[in-house]
Amino acid sequence: MDTAQPSRARLGLRAVMITAVAILAIFPLLNQLPADNVFHVSDFLVSVSGKWICYAILALSLDLAWGYAGILSLGHGAFFALGGYAMGMHLMRLIGPRGSYGHPVLPDFMVFLGYQELPWYWLGFNHFSFAMLMVVAIPGLLALVLGWLCFRSRITGVYLSIITQAMTYALMLAFFRNDMGLGGNNGFTDFKELLGMPLNTGAARISLFYASLIALVASYLFCLWITGTKYGRVLTAIRDAESRVRFLGYNTTSHKLFAFVASAMMAGIAGALYVPQVGIINPGEFSPGNSIEAVIWVAVGGRGTLVGAVIGAFSVNGLKTWLTSAAPDLWLFVLGGLFVAVTLFLPKGLVGLLQGRAK
Amino acid sequence: MRGRRLYLDGVSVVFDGFRALNNLALVVEPGEMRAVIGPNGAGKTTMMDVITGKTRPTAGIVTFGDLDLTRMDEAAIANLGIGRKFQKPTVFDALTVFENLELALKAPRGPIACLRWVLAGGGRTRIEEVTTEIGLTDRAHDRAGILSHGQKQWLEIGMMLMQDPDLMLVDEPVAGMTDAETEHTAKLLARIAGKHSVVVVEHDLDFVRALGCKVTVLHEGTLLSEGSIDHVQNDPRVVEVYLGR
Repeated sequence: MDTAQPSRARLGLRAVMITAVAILAIFPLLNQLPADNVFHVSDFLVSVSGKWICYAILALSLDLAWGYAGILSLGHGAFFALGGYAMGMHLMRLIGPRGSYGHPVLPDFMVFLGYQELPWYWLGFNHFSFAMLMVVAIPGLLALVLGWLCFRSRITGVYLSIITQAMTYALMLAFFRNDMGLGGNNGFTDFKELLGMPLNTGAARISLFYASLIALVASYLFCLWITGTKYGRVLTAIRDAESRVRFLGYNTTSHKLFAFVASAMMAGIAGALYVPQVGIINPGEFSPGNSIEAVIWVAVGGRGTLVGAVIGAFSVNGLKTWLTSAAPDLWLFVLGGLFVAVTLFLPKGLVGLLQGRAK
Repeated sequence: MRGRRLYLDGVSVVFDGFRALNNLALVVEPGEMRAVIGPNGAGKTTMMDVITGKTRPTAGIVTFGDLDLTRMDEAAIANLGIGRKFQKPTVFDALTVFENLELALKAPRGPIACLRWVLAGGGRTRIEEVTTEIGLTDRAHDRAGILSHGQKQWLEIGMMLMQDPDLMLVDEPVAGMTDAETEHTAKLLARIAGKHSVVVVEHDLDFVRALGCKVTVLHEGTLLSEGSIDHVQNDPRVVEVYLGR
């Protein structure tokens, strides 16, 4: 948030980030230890942390839009889900004739719904590179259109948040419909393989885990680069006083649009890595609650600091995983309470606590 | 002498039936310094809003050289070479003094250009010159948020200088400044004028007298009187507006 923070505090945060990545990097190795070893990491923890890494990428993307550019998106889950759907379409095409109905091309749900041929928008998804392009292109395009319409009309603040929330809700309703040709309320599941690797093997899980970790580091470095340039400072200035930036001659619409689209693309990548790890994607991923949870991760960790977003995603999801098994009824109250408490007492989030100590 | 002539004629701005500007005319020649005074609600700030594209006039002509300002947005007008200092100083609190000035420095403004931006020697020298000019050399790497009110005023003037505009619109530059600072500001503005056109809105008549330029008096959104400070101070209509009948 403040570019002029003491470099010691900033270095401290980077050290936290490096440590976290290093610990995560050896998770699969610790998983190989005998189960009675104190350093043993369970299969469950490995797979769940793979998901958290994807959430951390989503949190970073939201932080770029919200923490730096001041665009509070309550619909970032939609970009995540769209990236997930693009990956899901690829995985569905790769099932080929191995589906329950054994159709050579059509996925099971299409056979069930009486489709005769593949809808045009499914073409190309059998190619990995095309699918990966769509993982970023579809969320990016949606962000471009929505952002352009909103930013040029100078819709900001709570109005923009409501529009993004409505966008993800509308998409959820749309994806629930069977005639969208995208699996309706069941979505996509029963994936078999990715890049020739059967998905039900340990090797596939570990590969996806490392792919996610590499994507997290790459996203972090990307955001670190962006926020360190003059462009990053323009974003900060827009966040704090947009009209003043216009009077300096900056077309703030194009600056916000650039950040919003980049952010949506990152969220799409996170969703694409998430889907093969959890083995399913359905319209529930568009539910407004998901987007709001992502905002809470960033707020808890500390918006406007990249490490804060990552810490927030891991800590809130860690708490969620623990609490939803220990006391499932409590979770939503804790989540709500957490948001209120952070807003009232920790405006800079957990990172603010760390920085306070470093000073 | 460089720059263009600022020309307003028949400009009216109506907000919900209230006439903030009423058939206003104003001409500022290239390189001219002009003071604009008037009681509260006379339309001084609305006039600046109209020139800088923040407010669209309901009627009238606003041109800069041969360019129609009523068809442009704030960013385009700023890039034409019209800089503005606001009444309430608005600097970017989260950025340092140096970074504030760097953002204002004349340079390509697009996202890609900003991503690839590297501050070259010339730009750095210019920032350092302006930092010295506004007396903030030892605060250059402090966050703007912790500056005093007067220092923020200076920083905002500095940001306007960085843009190197042909026309500067300066809204109440000495509000909240000490006498010494006020005097320094008057000298600075006098130095700038000649190279740039400057329009200063100010309440402080002593300050306006120190500027020694032509004065425009606004009242209820329209031109009341124009001329030297002595001329307008002796104009019976101005006396009536300022002192009441």
